[in-house]
Amino acid sequence: MTEPMFRTPMSRVRGLGAARSGTSHFWHQRVTSVAGVLLTVALIVIVISLLGRSHAAVVQILGSPLIAILMLLFIINTAYHMWLGMQEIILDYVHEDKWKFLALMSNTFFVSVVGLASAFAILKLSFGV
Amino acid sequence: MVELTLPKNSRITEGKTWPRAPKSTHLTEFKVYRWNPDDDANPKIDTYYVDRDDCGPMVLDALIWIKNNIDPTLAFRRSCREGVCGSCAMNIDGTNTLACTKAIDDNKAPVKIYPLPHQPVVKDLVPDLKNFYAQYASIEPWLHTTTATPEKEWKQSHTDRAKLDGMYECILCACCSTSCPSYWWNSDRYLGPAALLQANRWVQDSRDEATGERLDNLEDPFRLYRCHTIMNCSKACPKGLNPAKEIATLKKALVDRQL
Repeated sequence: MTEPMFRTPMSRVRGLGAARSGTSHFWHQRVTSVAGVLLTVALIVIVISLLGRSHAAVVQILGSPLIAILMLLFIINTAYHMWLGMQEIILDYVHEDKWKFLALMSNTFFVSVVGLASAFAILKLSFGV
Repeated sequence: MVELTLPKNSRITEGKTWPRAPKSTHLTEFKVYRWNPDDDANPKIDTYYVDRDDCGPMVLDALIWIKNNIDPTLAFRRSCREGVCGSCAMNIDGTNTLACTKAIDDNKAPVKIYPLPHQPVVKDLVPDLKNFYAQYASIEPWLHTTTATPEKEWKQSHTDRAKLDGMYECILCACCSTSCPSYWWNSDRYLGPAALLQANRWVQDSRDEATGERLDNLEDPFRLYRCHTIMNCSKACPKGLNPAKEIATLKKALVDRQL
């Protein structure tokens, strides 16, 4: 037998009150989506232009300033969009505190590592260190 | 956590097939969800055959016919029988709608009838909507003003009045909210399309003086932003309203006041 619930439905609905946030998250999702469309087109053009070229040519093209900047924008934008989107999915489906906070942290760690590693690869090609 | 399977005591079993009315030639088969809180049994699906020559054209007519002629223990809510009160909202042939405005012949036979999804069941087709009503009350659906009340009415231009079209018609039947996956997974924190449509009805009302406070109380990752524009709400609404559009209007208002 579970313990009876004496809290009123209104008390449960009001809960801890409104967080008064979420709009920036919503807006950033839209901005990164629009940027993602443009940057993905750029990425596809770049990848097609690399087809069939030698390793040295690929390194030179990816390291050239304009292409490197486009690639870095794509990486930063995608990483941020991925972080925002995965956070939404976690809030939708993971309700138990322990798993929710673990998932939210893992999301941040994963996006930081993947984003930074990808950006580092492009920077290394650009500066040739 | 999202539930992919029903809890053991909610799994549906085969129920009773009730005898057909003798001598009737025009029968339609109905499969109806039954659950009784007074025994420990799992929910079951009972089969009834409705004599169409003796019954009105709507699903609600068939349910009333079943209750009057076959099984008086069948429980369901109904009142106005003309799509105004919202009492007979249920899941018919896989879609949430009003039994009173849904024609029997618009469904595939056998006609499958379940209570509104993902709400606690009181009995048979009667869902417990306490949480849904509390969510509606939480958006404070009445005019908020600080200006002294005028001697006559609060005036409104025709244009401003027209902004409430598509919202004031909502009858709070809960078809939209209970069709929404976001509401299924998070109905404890997400207000759901019906309450949000009603919230927008007051946010858009030119006579209201608490628009900012109303938006403050909605700005929350769960209360409002669990809506991902899935649009089941707009598809389900038996009144032909578009809750998804009203929620988008709320989100736009929140962006507008920030940018």
